[in-house]
Amino acid sequence: MSDAITGPQGGSTLLPEADDLYHPHSWWTRYVFSQDAKVIAIQYAGTALAIGFVALILSWLIRLQLGFPGLATFIGPAEYYQLITMHGMIMVVYLLTAVFLGGFGNYLIPLMLGARDMVFPYLNMLSYWIYLLAVLVLVASFFAPGGPTGAGWTLYPPQAILAGTPGQPWGIVLMLVSLILFIAGFTMGGVNYVVTVLQARAPGMTLMRMPLTVWGIFTATVLALLAFPALLVGAVMMLFDRLLGTSFFMPAIIEAGQRLRYGGGSPILFQHLFWFFGHPEVYIVALPAFGIVSDLISTHARKNIFGYRMMVWAIVAIGVLSFVVWAHHMYVSGMNPYFGFFFATTTLIIAIPTAIKVYNWVLTLWRGDIHLTVPMLFAIAFIVTFLNGGLTGLFLGNVVVDVPLSDTMFVVAHFHMVMGVAPILVIFGGLYHWYPKVTGRMLDARLGQIHFWITFLGAYAIFFPMHYLGLLGVPRRYYETTGLGFVPPSAETLNAFISLVAFVVGAAQILFLFNLLHSLRHGAPAGGNPWRATTLEWQTPETPPPHGNWGPNLPVVYRWPYDYSVPGAPEDFLPQNRPDPVRAGGGP
Amino acid sequence: MTQTAAGHGAALQGPPSDLPSTRLRRLSAEWSGDRQVFADASWRKAMMWIFLLSDTFVFGCFLIGYMTVRMSTPVPWPNPSQVFAIEIAGKPWPLLLIAIMTFVLISSSGTMAMAVASGYRRSRRTTALLMGLTALLGATFVGMQAFEWTKLIYEGVRPWANPWGAEQFGSAFFMVTGFHGTHVTIGVIALLVMVCKVWRGDFDTGRRGTFTSRPGSYENVEIMGLYWHFVDLVWVFIFALFYLW
Repeated sequence: MSDAITGPQGGSTLLPEADDLYHPHSWWTRYVFSQDAKVIAIQYAGTALAIGFVALILSWLIRLQLGFPGLATFIGPAEYYQLITMHGMIMVVYLLTAVFLGGFGNYLIPLMLGARDMVFPYLNMLSYWIYLLAVLVLVASFFAPGGPTGAGWTLYPPQAILAGTPGQPWGIVLMLVSLILFIAGFTMGGVNYVVTVLQARAPGMTLMRMPLTVWGIFTATVLALLAFPALLVGAVMMLFDRLLGTSFFMPAIIEAGQRLRYGGGSPILFQHLFWFFGHPEVYIVALPAFGIVSDLISTHARKNIFGYRMMVWAIVAIGVLSFVVWAHHMYVSGMNPYFGFFFATTTLIIAIPTAIKVYNWVLTLWRGDIHLTVPMLFAIAFIVTFLNGGLTGLFLGNVVVDVPLSDTMFVVAHFHMVMGVAPILVIFGGLYHWYPKVTGRMLDARLGQIHFWITFLGAYAIFFPMHYLGLLGVPRRYYETTGLGFVPPSAETLNAFISLVAFVVGAAQILFLFNLLHSLRHGAPAGGNPWRATTLEWQTPETPPPHGNWGPNLPVVYRWPYDYSVPGAPEDFLPQNRPDPVRAGGGP
Repeated sequence: MTQTAAGHGAALQGPPSDLPSTRLRRLSAEWSGDRQVFADASWRKAMMWIFLLSDTFVFGCFLIGYMTVRMSTPVPWPNPSQVFAIEIAGKPWPLLLIAIMTFVLISSSGTMAMAVASGYRRSRRTTALLMGLTALLGATFVGMQAFEWTKLIYEGVRPWANPWGAEQFGSAFFMVTGFHGTHVTIGVIALLVMVCKVWRGDFDTGRRGTFTSRPGSYENVEIMGLYWHFVDLVWVFIFALFYLW
């Protein structure tokens, strides 16, 4: 295949690389050890959703204990800590990060940019298999002697590696090894995503013509490449503390009347390393969600995104700021008050670009031709939920308000709203939106609407009351709160209510799973562009797109991705690769 | 070239000029253009730069971690010029071994740069020989590091304890130099693989790689060089912050 097209600034010497694809020659290299980003994306998303369902079941068990203490006799305090630890870590790292970057990133970056594949398909394939290995090591800790670690998802030392913490023999070691593997695998994928965006776009595709989905995933990947190193180093040092007996994070400790042989380390160092990763991680999850939601809203409201450039710069600004706010997770860890002042200020500054984004989403909807399709429902639900979580973020970003709220259910409510429920709503919206491209068939809309309403209303019924529990002073991470003088009995009733809703919402996800599998064969045929969308992935010659995506010639891009309802245009959308110039107000 | 002559297209295709305004215009043209941001960089070279940026953060975190524990421990830090002295003819020579190691590694950066240059002249044998020499110097460095580790282990330094002071000394020493030594070792292996490829003429014939099934070119030598210089640069920081402080 030769590249017959020269873009506006073509003539580069590097173009032959774009058509040099690895062609599979057997069933194994086509479907299993595939180097095609689309197959890798499905592998990534499938694995992540599978481990995500494990985390969902863990959350059921957590709610079982909190709502009905003593009912489940197999959940003791140790098991409870193991449940919350694994639930948190799986959700944040192995589900959300992997789905957005490995799943949506792999599928959408090459297609939306008009590339044939990721730039390093072999490395991309390795990335998935190392991720799978990381997941398997993590799952192995459930079966190891002593069970998985119960250190809390933040793994704070010294307690994370001391004998009193569940999972001390094997769980913590497997957790750290799994994280190191995850980071190694992610780096292989991450350099791929970044270089593909920077160096492998279609003719005419400038950076400022990229869909916001790609902007979100791209910026998130850059954040991840710079933030994961801190977690890697923290994990390596803690592994040495646990296995070799070094004292990077371990101060002098007396345990059960005996002085341990640790001494002189700095537990705060781990917190800094962890949160230097941990805060950007929030945006590694949120930025792809921002991007995807922008595209869903624009497409399903048949209106161009409001303030595209501001949306791009807001994504970039949030990315930059996310590296200078990490210590707002450590207000109660013991820090110089001036640092608290600094980090509170930077934290609140993030409200500006995020508010720009929320305003622009709302202004995109304003007077739009809103189609309440299932993806659109999820997108609107995201805006509401994210706004809600963002507002409680203003409480927690201020030192004086944060200190009394720290380690209460208010914090749990906040981060579940803002980085749990909100991104997961976008994942659902994105799956409903792009499933037709991946499979060629539509997901069932009625099932989707039932799934949406149960999930959305249920999520509010679960997490909204938690704010109230937090203000009452109900602490997080407590195995049970009965008998604590400061927790009124009404809190117990509320906890039982939350648990019941959680069971229903969790069970409702089976509807989604059924829809995914059933529609694979029985869904209505989707055609190439069921949503009448403008971006390149909907303009492929075949659906699902074949290996190499584009047939003999790469697409040429002539316009930005948001030409919806252009006055005078023959249709209410103009695909990015449509050449004829349509002037606003002019005749067809 | 005057400023007015450097138009939009000329800034991209014209001869490179060091005028700041031309460079700025070129930068802006590249970032606002289509297809690729770095017009002169291939995919692999761009990837190496981005990987190295990520790796910089890894080493940065390691060194910050080392400095933090050095400050947090209440026990005095061992004196590096005594610990790292080697005894020759009954007289201690502080930092002698480490000076030789540093010299060897910096020299290997020189031979690597020469290999890159001869690679672009497509002189196959010279490139292979110079890369082989680089690998040899790198292996010498790792060998001397193994000697240094052995000597310190014999003197009783362990990751969890040492005879002279804060136990974090041994922990940070083995961790930081071990992580760097691993990087050098990986570099040596990659260099040797690439020596074979150059010697066989893979980059002249465009023979495809075993795993990636992509044809190689002499640019790969330069990309290898980027990694190698990075590893050397990191060593300068380790040398300054660990051995001289």
